[in-house]
Amino acid sequence: MQYVFLYAGLYLCILMLLSLYRAVFGPTVLDRLVGVNAIGSKTVVLLILIGLIYGRVDMFVDISMAYAMLNFIAVLAASRYFQKRKGL
Amino acid sequence: MNVLVIALLVVGLVFFTGGGVGILRFPDFFTRLHPAGKLDTLGSLLMMLAVAIYNLEHFSWEALLTSLKIMLIVLFIFLSSPTATHSIVDAGIRAGMVPWRKETPEEKAE
Repeated sequence: MQYVFLYAGLYLCILMLLSLYRAVFGPTVLDRLVGVNAIGSKTVVLLILIGLIYGRVDMFVDISMAYAMLNFIAVLAASRYFQKRKGL
Repeated sequence: MNVLVIALLVVGLVFFTGGGVGILRFPDFFTRLHPAGKLDTLGSLLMMLAVAIYNLEHFSWEALLTSLKIMLIVLFIFLSSPTATHSIVDAGIRAGMVPWRKETPEEKAE
């Protein structure tokens, strides 16, 4: 059962590479923001899978919750910061 | 029980795959927000549900608390992901970006 979580985590990492392409080569700033947001929401799941592999879910749940809040605040602040600029 | 956990994990990964391919392939930033906002939320729900069910395999009160925390993260994602998506759309509209639309045949002929 550990291997199922391991391979699910590896597949999530490959999917994060797809979003990373959009975050690096995105034509506009907001495209990069979309890619970063997608990577963050995958990382929250990946942290809990890592916790299951290590057998310490009770600790990794708190880290994952903090990461979810941090990701939300970062995206909100960045989009508020960039909205005044014409022609991104 | 393990079959249910694996099925939920695989369905969640399918939704995440759709989100990733949509972010890569859609033509415009407004259309890219559509897979990024929806499919990631549903994929998170399914995968977190699988982990919470697996965590309750040997019942104890600590395991129940951990599973409740995992579902609390899902609730937070369901609140925060649409808010973040709406805020990005708002930034795009205020910056004056025009949504993508398909070329009509007259425009393509020119």
